[in-house]
Amino acid sequence: MKHRLQFAGKKLLRMALLLLGVSLAAFLLMSASPLDPLQTNVGQAALGSMSQEQIAQLEDYWGVNTPLAERYLGWLFSALQGDFGTSLLYRQPVLQIIGERLANSLGLLLFAWVLSGILGLTLGVLAGALRGRWPDKLVRGWCLLISSTPTFWLALLLLTVFAVWLGWFPSGLSVPIGVEADSVTALERLRHAVLPALTLSITGVSNIALHTREKMVDVMESDYVLFARARGESLPAIVLRHGLRNVALPAITLQFASVSEIIGGSVLVEQVFSYPGLGQAAVTAGLGSDMPLLLGITVLTAAIVFGGNVAADLLYGVVDPKIRRGAAKA
Amino acid sequence: MRRLNQRQRALLLLLLAAAVLLAITLAGALLTGRAMETDFSRLNLAPDLPYLFGTDWMGRDMFARTLTGLSLSIRIGALTACVSAVIALVLGVAAALNRKLDAVFSWCIDLFLGIPHILLVMLISLAFGRGFLGVVAGVSLSHWPSLARLLRGEVLQLRQAPYLRLARKLGVPRRDLIRRHLLPHLLPQFLTGLILQFPHAILHEASVTFLGFGLSSEQPAIGVILSESMRYLTTGRWWLALFPGLALVGVVLLFAALGEQARRLLDPSSIHQ
Amino acid sequence: MEPILQVEHLSISFSQYHRGTRKRTLPVIHDLSFSICPGQVTAVVGSSGSGKSLLAHGILGILPYNSALEGTILYQGTPLTQRRAEQLRGREIVLVPQGVTYLDPLMEVGPQIRKGRRDPRSKARSRAVLERYGLGPEVEKRYPFELSGGMARRVLIASAVVEQPKLILADEPTPGLDARAASRILGHFRELAEDGAGVLLITHDLELALTIAHRVLVLYAGETIEEASAADFSAGRLRHPYTRALWAALPQNGFTPIPGTQPYPGEISDGCQFAPRCPRCRPECRGPGPVPYVPRAGGWVRCRFPEGGEAL
Repeated sequence: MKHRLQFAGKKLLRMALLLLGVSLAAFLLMSASPLDPLQTNVGQAALGSMSQEQIAQLEDYWGVNTPLAERYLGWLFSALQGDFGTSLLYRQPVLQIIGERLANSLGLLLFAWVLSGILGLTLGVLAGALRGRWPDKLVRGWCLLISSTPTFWLALLLLTVFAVWLGWFPSGLSVPIGVEADSVTALERLRHAVLPALTLSITGVSNIALHTREKMVDVMESDYVLFARARGESLPAIVLRHGLRNVALPAITLQFASVSEIIGGSVLVEQVFSYPGLGQAAVTAGLGSDMPLLLGITVLTAAIVFGGNVAADLLYGVVDPKIRRGAAKA
Repeated sequence: MRRLNQRQRALLLLLLAAAVLLAITLAGALLTGRAMETDFSRLNLAPDLPYLFGTDWMGRDMFARTLTGLSLSIRIGALTACVSAVIALVLGVAAALNRKLDAVFSWCIDLFLGIPHILLVMLISLAFGRGFLGVVAGVSLSHWPSLARLLRGEVLQLRQAPYLRLARKLGVPRRDLIRRHLLPHLLPQFLTGLILQFPHAILHEASVTFLGFGLSSEQPAIGVILSESMRYLTTGRWWLALFPGLALVGVVLLFAALGEQARRLLDPSSIHQ
Repeated sequence: MEPILQVEHLSISFSQYHRGTRKRTLPVIHDLSFSICPGQVTAVVGSSGSGKSLLAHGILGILPYNSALEGTILYQGTPLTQRRAEQLRGREIVLVPQGVTYLDPLMEVGPQIRKGRRDPRSKARSRAVLERYGLGPEVEKRYPFELSGGMARRVLIASAVVEQPKLILADEPTPGLDARAASRILGHFRELAEDGAGVLLITHDLELALTIAHRVLVLYAGETIEEASAADFSAGRLRHPYTRALWAALPQNGFTPIPGTQPYPGEISDGCQFAPRCPRCRPECRGPGPVPYVPRAGGWVRCRFPEGGEAL
């Protein structure tokens, strides 16, 4: 048990260091940007009509004049105390905006994550077990097609077909326009989330399915599957008894690694469906040079991704008998 | 006709895909003028002759715009794929040969993979001021980890190979070792990896441009075309989004096929198929 | 006695690419014939790379997809088609593979032996079989990585005989074991033969094979070059120069090596494969044309000028 706790502690420490690295890297990248936040947000014409003091005030607001190191350390210390600053565009605390947006996105992300995981695993196992036969060719072809399709275009396509032509779903925003957010029924929300969630799930499947297939092919070529065949076990029995069991470990890694991909996809999908989630906020913040917000979103998504990695490592310890029994002995 | 075996077919497919892509690139480059040409006598035409892909709200020929956009995408894709593959080669080999570098390297990769890819490209593009430079830097500086990791693993494995350990013991100079033994083994991996970067690079270029972090909106890039088409989808002008997107998928598929065939030809373990 | 398995003119080949885009067929086993009787241990001896394992896989119908099999295999007098092999394997015909990699690394031993059956009869049976090979019931709960080399072999034998087979194909069951453990494992096969099963023992180790085998079949470059009874070895009644060389290379017989190496599957020519290394090679031996496999003094030999034993 002590061994396991040590392992988890090490992982968490590494995660914290990585997060620090991410925040620094993102901060440096944003600071290096030659784009003048005043010009992007206030506009050239407006700037021209302002007095020197007004401009200086604005420059202070957008943090143009503070030295780099001071700004980063300042941000870091308040962030460690739970204050991620104030969004320059929305003029609200970053954490509050992230909280609202994440609440909107979370269902979308979770749904897509679970569905693409289940579908990807099923299709991958099927294709790997029937390697070279038609289901395999079909799955591989489909995955190749999907992975060659830009996520945002797939979103556009689904939007055109299901929202514009068939009118089954609304074409944008997570709530109908002109309705108070509180009075929106859960059903309405659901209707708005269906298409984005579907797009995300479809794009998430191909990576998981292809990688699972590779693993399954390895399993099918292993000595123990050869022996199982020699012992007269049928293909379905081999797939269920040996295939799933041995694909499970890499599948855990794949599933948690796909978190990053799903979040990345949501940036594009939310943009197309004007879905007011975290991804859309990232794009708005990036285009508007809203550094505190973009930094906050980057650090938060990285935390989710690293958290996923740590979860995968810990789950491994539970599932893999070598680690489980090894730990029991130690 | 004699039936071709798999490898001959692979070679043929590879050449065919390369030829089509080259033709698109050239055609697109030649049509740039036409792609920008506005003509208010032919606004919003649905696809038909002579405008196969229709025209947009400024009367621009969508076929020419699509080809030009593809050509741009292919050229940027090629550039960024090459840059990131070279970065991958240098970092991967350096990490495998030096322990301290290796620790830094794996930490950097973990850090890079921690940020969702599209967000990372956005951030790098911002740092370079968006536009052409931004998208090229964003895509090429964010694509190297997987290939670098692969090459690193390959070098580490080669270093442990008995014949190389023997050669080192026999005093073969390090430079000769790298040139005569390491590089010939890495080359197929590297080339395949390079070609397989193309589809990703193209897709990310289009995505980032679509979001507004890439090529400027005056350029007929696929991302720009599709971003503009969004405003007209609800009014039923489906062709503005359908054809450019389909064409992009086609080009990416061609690159994927190119990479797959190259892998087939260069991979020694494929002799058994 | 009627043989349980007869293999006649069996050939197994692979297709693969060489030099860029050309495809070719690699023969791995060529013109192999033998038979196995119930109650007998027949050893197939050949150096590594001579395609021995494929022989077992061919009989079971589990060859890889890029291989082709020619010739006839008769089981209890009727052809062993792919379909029939699928029905019989794991029941009447069982494989005892080489080592621990043939066990699912993530499954406990007990369920593996029982092939997933959970009824009390299967449980009792698997426990009994494990006990027969000196393994306690606690072994059922172990994962393959928790087994020693010798235990893993015994588990593999147990998983084979749990079905009461009539034909046992043992593929290199001893490498990596010390001499005592190896002879113990081989002793189990002898026991199984004495219980009435036919045993095909595939090995590279002539010395060990001779300790239990009744008949010995020698493979060279994918061909059977001699079939002899175990007694022929010590009695000096061997017919083929290669078999003699193998016998002479054993430690107790002077450790005399023979120069040269076996040809690889791709280098096999149409004529006597052993000619380049043969101490008694005559000019005629280097010529082309297949060498016939002929009966000689209680055995078979593939040599134009066999030694010892008079012609029948």
